[in-house]
Amino acid sequence: MFDSVLRDDYQNILNEWLAELQSAKSGSDHRLGVTELRSQGETFLSLLRDASKKGQLASGQGDSWLALQEFLERISSSRAVQGFTSSETAGFVFSLKKFLFAAMRRTSGANAEALAAETWKVTELLDKLGLLTVTTYQKAREDVIRRQQEELLELSTPVVKLWDGVLALPMIGTLDSARTQVVMEALLQRLVETESEIAIIDITGVPTVDTLVAQHLLKTVTAIRLMGADCIISGIRPQIAQTIVHLGVDLQGVTTKANLADALSLALKRLGLTVGKVKQ
Amino acid sequence: MPTVKSDTLSLRSEQDIVNVRQVVRKLAQECGFSLVEQTKMVTAASELARNTVTYGKGGDVLWEMLTEGLKKGLRLSFVDAGPGIPDLELALTDGWTSGGGMGLGLSGAKRLVNEFEIETAPGKGTRVTILRWK
Amino acid sequence: MSMGNVERIAILRMGPFLLVTIQVDMHDQLALTLQDDLTAKIEKTGAKGVLIDISALDMVDSFIGRMIGNISSMSRILDAHTVVVGMKPAVAITLVELGITLAGVRTALTVERGMNILRAAIADQTDQLEADDADREE
Repeated sequence: MFDSVLRDDYQNILNEWLAELQSAKSGSDHRLGVTELRSQGETFLSLLRDASKKGQLASGQGDSWLALQEFLERISSSRAVQGFTSSETAGFVFSLKKFLFAAMRRTSGANAEALAAETWKVTELLDKLGLLTVTTYQKAREDVIRRQQEELLELSTPVVKLWDGVLALPMIGTLDSARTQVVMEALLQRLVETESEIAIIDITGVPTVDTLVAQHLLKTVTAIRLMGADCIISGIRPQIAQTIVHLGVDLQGVTTKANLADALSLALKRLGLTVGKVKQ
Repeated sequence: MPTVKSDTLSLRSEQDIVNVRQVVRKLAQECGFSLVEQTKMVTAASELARNTVTYGKGGDVLWEMLTEGLKKGLRLSFVDAGPGIPDLELALTDGWTSGGGMGLGLSGAKRLVNEFEIETAPGKGTRVTILRWK
Repeated sequence: MSMGNVERIAILRMGPFLLVTIQVDMHDQLALTLQDDLTAKIEKTGAKGVLIDISALDMVDSFIGRMIGNISSMSRILDAHTVVVGMKPAVAITLVELGITLAGVRTALTVERGMNILRAAIADQTDQLEADDADREE
C-alpha cells in the first residue's frame, strides 16, 4: 500500500509536507532558506519514491537506497555545521510521517488491519532514516570537535623564530604524549620550511616529565639530527633533571642549557655570530 | 568492529613490496591518517611484506579497512606458508637477524602500529597481523 | 615490471662530487644496484664526496636505511665523504621509531648545506695533508 501511495498520491503528499515544513520554519531563522528547504524536501521524497519503485526500501540495499542514504547524510552533516540541533535534523524526516499516514488512510478505506500493518512498516522505515540523520549529525559534530582540538593543540605551543636559522619551542604546562607528539611534528615541519639549522626546545614551563614524555623528547632530538639540524634543550628544572636520571632516560649526547638565553647564545655561536655592545 | 572493505594482494616479488607500499599509502589516506601516521603504517607494511617475500618464500597480504564507533582503522595480515619462525622471542629482539637485514623488521614494525599479532610454527608458515587506528 | 633489471638511478658528477637524487619508490634490487653503481663510480672518478638527496622519498624502511648506511661506510673506505640531504619530517620520525639512527651518516636540511659540508670536509682533509707534508719536510 505504501508503494502505491507514493506512486499515485505523490504530488499531494509533497505539497502538504512542503507547506508544513515551510510553516514550521520561523521567519527569523536564517540558517536555511525556504527555497533550499523546499528543494531538500522534494529531493528526499523523490529519492524515497525511486527506492520504493525498485523495491529497495524493504531490503535496505541497492543504488536508489544508497542514493537516499547519501542524500540524508549530506543534509545532516551540513545541518550540523549550520548549527541545527540533532532533533531539528531528525525532525525533517519524522515530519513526513503525518502526511504519508494521511495518504495511506485515504487509500485504505475501511481496511483497518492492512492500514495498521502498513503504518508499522512505514514507521520503522522512517525511524531508521531519522536515526541515520542523527548518527551522521553526531559524526559531523565530532569532526568539528576533533578539528578544534587539533587546532587548540597546535596553538597551545607555537614554534617561534628567534633568529635567522634558530627556531624555539617554548613548552608550557603539563605534557602528555599526544600533545608532545603534535608539537614535535610541528617543530620538524617548521625546520624544513624555514631551513633552520638549530632548534631549541625550552621546557622551563613544564612542571613534570614522565618516562613517555622524556622518551618523546629524546626521539625528537634524534629525528632533528637525522634531518640534518641540531637541537638544544633548555630550562630543565632540578626536579626534572632528577626524574630523568631516576627514570634511566639517557640524555647523553643531547645538548642541554640551563635557560633559553644560554641556549640562544650557544646557537648564535654555532652559526658563527656574536652579540656585542655598540661602542659609543 | 565492522569491515568497510577489504582485499588481498599477492606478495611474490620485490615489485610486489613496492605495490603494497603504494596501496597501503592510499588506504591510510582514506582512513584520514596524518602524514606521520601514514608513513609509519607504510613503513611497517614494507618491513613485513619483505619478510613475507624473502623469508616466507612469498605469500599474500589481506587488508581491511575497519570502523569502530567513529574511529577508522587499517588492518593488514601478512600470510605465508614458509618455514615459520623457530624462536619467536629471539626474532622480536632488536638487532637479531636471520637474513641480511638490520634485524629491525619485526620489532620495528611492532613499534609503528597500535596492535601487533604473530602466529607461527616451524614448517607451518607465518601470519603477522598489524592494526593502526586513526 | 619486465624492465626491472635495467632500471637505474642516475648518478651525476659535479666537480669532485657525485650527486644522486632518489625520486622513485625503490624496490630492493634498485637500491642494491645504486650501491654498486655508486661505489664503482667513486673509484672510477676519484670523487671526494657523495651527496644523496632523499627529499622526494616518502618512506625509508630498514632496508633502504641500511643501504644509505652502507653507502656512507663504503664511501669512507674509498676516501669519499657522504652527506644525506632533504629527509622529510615524517620519514625521520618513523626511522627513529624503527630504531634506525643512521649513526655515522652526515645529514643536512638542503642540498646547498650538504654541499657546504662536503666542501668543508675536503678542505679540512687538504689542510691536514699539507700539514703532514710540512711535518715530513722538517
